[in-house]
Amino acid sequence: MQASSDNILSAVRIDKGFPGTKALDKVDFHLQRGEVHALLGENGAGKSTLIKCLTGAYRRDGGSILLDGVEVDPRDTFDAQRLGIGTVYQEVNLLPNLSVAENLFLGRQPRRFGMVDIRAMNRKARELLSEYELELDVTRALASYSVAIQQVVAIARAVDLSGKVLILDEPTASLDAHEVALLFRIVRRLKARGLGIIFITHFLEQVYEISDRITVLRNGRLVGTRNTADLARRDLVAMMIGRELAAEIHAVHANAAEGEPRYRFRNYGRRGRIDPFDLNVRGGEVVGIAGLLGSGRTETAEVLFGAHRADSGTAEIDGRRVELSSPRAAIRQKFGFCPEDRKTDGIVGDLSVRENIVLALQARRGWTRPISRAEQNRLADLYIRALDIRTADREKPIKLLSGGNQQKAILARWLATEPEFLILDEPTRGIDVGAHAEIVRLIESLREKGMSLIVISSEIEELVAYSTRVIVLRDRAHVAELGGERITAHQIVEAIAAANERRAS
Amino acid sequence: MTSILRTYLARLLPQLIALVAIVIAISMTFPGFLNLDFQNGRLYGSLIDILNRGAPVVLLAIGMTVVIATKGIDLSVGAVMAICGAVAASFITSGHSLFETILITLAVGLLCGMWNGILVAVLDIQPIIATLVLMVAGRGIAQLVTEGAILTFNDPGLIFIGSGSFAGLPMPVVVWLVFGVLVALLVRQSALGMLIEAIGVNRQASTLSGVLTPVLLIAAYMLSGLCAAIAGIIAAADIRGADANNAGLWLELDAILAVVVGGTSLLGGRFSIAASVLGAIIIQAINTGILLSGFPPEFNLIIKAAIVVFILVLQSPRFRTAFAFLAVPGRAAKTTEQEAK
Repeated sequence: MQASSDNILSAVRIDKGFPGTKALDKVDFHLQRGEVHALLGENGAGKSTLIKCLTGAYRRDGGSILLDGVEVDPRDTFDAQRLGIGTVYQEVNLLPNLSVAENLFLGRQPRRFGMVDIRAMNRKARELLSEYELELDVTRALASYSVAIQQVVAIARAVDLSGKVLILDEPTASLDAHEVALLFRIVRRLKARGLGIIFITHFLEQVYEISDRITVLRNGRLVGTRNTADLARRDLVAMMIGRELAAEIHAVHANAAEGEPRYRFRNYGRRGRIDPFDLNVRGGEVVGIAGLLGSGRTETAEVLFGAHRADSGTAEIDGRRVELSSPRAAIRQKFGFCPEDRKTDGIVGDLSVRENIVLALQARRGWTRPISRAEQNRLADLYIRALDIRTADREKPIKLLSGGNQQKAILARWLATEPEFLILDEPTRGIDVGAHAEIVRLIESLREKGMSLIVISSEIEELVAYSTRVIVLRDRAHVAELGGERITAHQIVEAIAAANERRAS
Repeated sequence: MTSILRTYLARLLPQLIALVAIVIAISMTFPGFLNLDFQNGRLYGSLIDILNRGAPVVLLAIGMTVVIATKGIDLSVGAVMAICGAVAASFITSGHSLFETILITLAVGLLCGMWNGILVAVLDIQPIIATLVLMVAGRGIAQLVTEGAILTFNDPGLIFIGSGSFAGLPMPVVVWLVFGVLVALLVRQSALGMLIEAIGVNRQASTLSGVLTPVLLIAAYMLSGLCAAIAGIIAAADIRGADANNAGLWLELDAILAVVVGGTSLLGGRFSIAASVLGAIIIQAINTGILLSGFPPEFNLIIKAAIVVFILVLQSPRFRTAFAFLAVPGRAAKTTEQEAK
């Protein structure tokens, strides 16, 4: 633990758990005065949970937060703001229909005789913004300005309110290069004023451009804090996707590498989502898909399943042309798809575990041929037992189950349709260690039974464990394919990092 | 089997209790309320009156339940009633047979529903806006059909639907009973009910699971249109004429109210047609009761609103969380924990 007096904000051994998962596990984080500190990690690493604990949006389960060396305990975001921790989110959380000045002084408007003194408010707003080199008509509605300007207004408000620590949560996600430059000028200016700035982003180039230090989280744990100047981009990627787990155990699936591919996708793609790619999959093969967030992993899955119709290329099954124009069409060809975002795309929350398990099978049979209640019960019980889904009973609404058990129920939904081609998008994300291992085992056993699987995962060592081939994506295109002996965590990280370096140059 | 029956009764219990409480309250202020007479092969009495007067809202509520279960809403049902009443009146007066008239009218109702369904399912317009279009335009269409006048008719067959009786019950009651049972059987004996609930809870996940979402959505709105058509025929037959301006006026709101009182969430998902029918009858009982008990009718709306607010408060998640300790200890805490996640 650094006891440096330069630390403006220190979070020590922060714990935060949700039912079924440990979101933060004794995470340390130290922010110095006058530094830009990048907080990195893949989705689900715990970045936003950490931020929410710092700003009081979540109550932490354990650990302490020191601001200027004094222990603080923000009860909510207002409390954090009052203490000196301000946050600006990607989606500007101001009121677009109010004027710039009103947004800056909302809730603390200068008053005169009990009335809002609009003239004073506008004057103060202009003064405030002039520090940011912004000459705006502060009486105009916030919505009439670009997102970048709105970001700056949000920053001005947060700094004016708080003034010690500024948290920027993916502020550049919807900005163009010019606007990013404007934002960074302002960030540097605030840094010079001695603020501590936490910067969250998925753009590594921006991390290297603006940050002084980098902290990486993965699976709710602290991977490490480094000086940006001393950290090679390749090592950073390795930290983020976690290859230090020395598990270079790659079972060689010799039998799977032979035989004719059952599924052939040629020049398959959809404009604006994923560049055309060729993909062949044999029976009894697990094709792993690796790549950083936003590299086109999910887009590949969606186009294969027909969730977004391919606008180029052809698909063949056993030499026969097929049209995968919709999920229904894909399901007719015995495809199945467990989506990445369980909550919005997977579970039907209010319905029971039983109904969630039989849903895809029932949809395929059509509404006129209902699955009898007895058969539904049999299927539900079968998979609850086979996949060890922990639920009080099959009639429990699925939203009350933990993440891992929800995931298993969705797997069961597809297994009930007896698929031959199963796409799993991040099947192990956000679930506890036990369920994690069970799902990896399940993937293995499905492969042994001759099923073809596509598995997308951010967990490199996991891909190494079960893939017969690994495809690496970058910038929405398939850029590398690793097979046989070349499937090692090291090779995969190399491929991803190489890809990234090319993009940066 | 008995356990299924028990869960079914448990689902309807709040509505049944509310209805019984209202009936008891009215019968205390109006002593003759519970009397039933049997004359000329038909039952008469205030209770029968409630079932009879409530027919249009009951019918609308049946269709509205299915639409709301898909996370939608159908504001156009009142206007569709007016259109269908006008169509029925104009066909019967221009010499078509009763059979043809009813067939055409039901087809018009289905067509109206299909229009709504396509706006919602294919063009992806928010249901409240999509159906608002026909709610506004519908009365205009109805006025065009009746050419601005109240179109009266005296076809005994059509009038029988409004004021005749069958097996001792008024025809409108027979119609909604039979239709309600048919729809409930269709929905629950097939897989429709579950698929509709799945769409209502999570349309995206349902589509990805292969549910034929657009077709089912359109079908739900078509069912609602069909219900409105039947309600329109009954309303027209009752007054022996089609009044484009007033037939079904504001009834869409009563139908939505009936569904909500029946405990189906406006957020979609789980639904019960029987509960919505009870909800509609509760609303009609309140209306009739206030009239009978001699309150000035202007109290009607306010008392109705008060009862609705009460029922909605009972259903609100916050209220349930706050008072859950009265029911099942520990359950509420678990739910909120999951929600926080």
